[in-house]
Amino acid sequence: MSLLQGLNLGFQIGDISILKGIDIEVNAGEMVGLIGPNGAGKSTLLRLLTCVEKASSGEIFYDDTNVTQISAEQRARRIGYLVQAAKAYWPFSVEKTVGLGRIPHQKWWQHSSDEDQSKIYRAMEVTETLAYRNRIVSTLSGGEHTLVMLARIFATDPQIIFADEPVAALDPYHQLHVMEILRNHSRNDQASVVVLHDLSLASRFCDRLYIINHGELYTSGAPDKIMTAENIAEVYGVKTNIVQDADGISVMPVSRLGDHHP
Amino acid sequence: MKVTSISNTPLLTGLATSLLAVFCVALMVGPVNIGIGKAVMDLFAGQSTIDSLILFDIRLPRALLAMLIGATLGLAGAALQGLLRNPLAEPGIIGVSNCAAFGAVMVFYFGYANFAWFALPLGGLLGALVSVVIIFTLVGNSKSVVTLILAGVAINAIGGALIALALNFAPNPYAMNEIVFWLLGSVANRSMNELLIALPFVVVGWGLILYCGRFLNALTLGEETAMSMGFDVKRLRWILVIGVAASVGAAVSVAGNIGFIGLVVPHLIRPFVGSEPRRLLLPSAIGGALLLVFADIAVQLLSSGGELKLGVITSLVGGPFFLFLILKTRNLML
Repeated sequence: MSLLQGLNLGFQIGDISILKGIDIEVNAGEMVGLIGPNGAGKSTLLRLLTCVEKASSGEIFYDDTNVTQISAEQRARRIGYLVQAAKAYWPFSVEKTVGLGRIPHQKWWQHSSDEDQSKIYRAMEVTETLAYRNRIVSTLSGGEHTLVMLARIFATDPQIIFADEPVAALDPYHQLHVMEILRNHSRNDQASVVVLHDLSLASRFCDRLYIINHGELYTSGAPDKIMTAENIAEVYGVKTNIVQDADGISVMPVSRLGDHHP
Repeated sequence: MKVTSISNTPLLTGLATSLLAVFCVALMVGPVNIGIGKAVMDLFAGQSTIDSLILFDIRLPRALLAMLIGATLGLAGAALQGLLRNPLAEPGIIGVSNCAAFGAVMVFYFGYANFAWFALPLGGLLGALVSVVIIFTLVGNSKSVVTLILAGVAINAIGGALIALALNFAPNPYAMNEIVFWLLGSVANRSMNELLIALPFVVVGWGLILYCGRFLNALTLGEETAMSMGFDVKRLRWILVIGVAASVGAAVSVAGNIGFIGLVVPHLIRPFVGSEPRRLLLPSAIGGALLLVFADIAVQLLSSGGELKLGVITSLVGGPFFLFLILKTRNLML
């Protein structure tokens, strides 16, 4: 079943085309990776899919319903969006930050209910952030910080999680931890869409990958089909060693290709 | 397991009780000693004695106005700090008060004040609105504290220059005197009438600000996240800005410039409720009322000869506090 569908999506700022003609589909139980060079338009695509930015052209469907037919409130309950380098601007405790994830479920005059509290607790449990729930978010390490931001999304209890480079600047332990959490979420009637730069993690964890290049869809498919040295060379301008073993695909960039400017 | 959360109720009760107490003291303080009981009895007996006149026509409007304006400034300060995600935002510092004052001065100056009851607060509102719109155009989506403060400096300068221009062309020295004294900020010698003129604008402004509480909480995680949570960020920003402009504009138009309440109060409240912008709103309003009524009592007790203006004393105390905040937060700002 298709949870999310984007048809012929385009985005322009003035005369400059940032994205054009993108078709994307996310099915229930899937983890979908968006990869491509810096500035290819991956983050913009994520902003369009989360309705944070309005597409200049094309249509987006959640559960086969056009998003324009869904109220902002309903939409917000259905999705969780982890922005790049997410942070809290005020010195909030971990628990309070996670609690912000309940906002889409509250009316403007309401404070948190018992149900909210149990969802917040559950979100901290899933992300293993309970141990430091009373600490101030800005004092956490990078890994802990990302987990808390992810916990905030789990508190919303969304169907689809969108994450923009969630493992950038994390150590290998936390990279795997974050990817496992997202992988575990992507079951049954839930899914996730993740922008990644680590091609090995993308290949090992994602069911399908979309390669975006120069604002257009270069190709898409299962990692073992499209994660080829030729594709990587074409899009990123680097030579790679690609190894497939029992643990999945490993992609190791080895050298830049001289005349290529991605 | 139930996760505990600290309730605001004890703090609100404490603040409200203190406010009531300070309000009663404010009714008892003044240059003349009057019998409060006698004044009330006289009023009910239908006799207008000196005591009842002083209590109901001078002290009561003064204390009520101090409450109303203090609450507005406290609330507006907390709201602007939440909106701009910046602990240094305040109506005075970002130039809103000065432009509201200019709006009101223009109404004075051209003699529109007698034209309609709402002319004065409307002038204040328009001035305030223009300044907030300029702030937004200048600061836009930039999250830089530096840009905000610089924009505030520029707007304050423009507002100040326009007021100076009005003073420059004042028709006579008395008009000039009147404007200057009014600008210093005071709640003395105001009547119930002035209170009632400001009230509708102030109440609507408060309502709009309180409506945005949940939005301010969502903004803690940035605008994009707030949008993904279903908030129409552009629309809500406007609602909040109009709320601030309406309440601060009306407050300034009846009492002149009373600075720094909006800066100081949220900072005094944060240790009790934490940094959650929404939780800060109501206590900041009551706290602002409390602080301003208290300051107005201090003003009356301190002045022996000429009257010390309320705006002067809040700036004398608030200015150094602002400096202290800059020292405390300067590492975070750049």
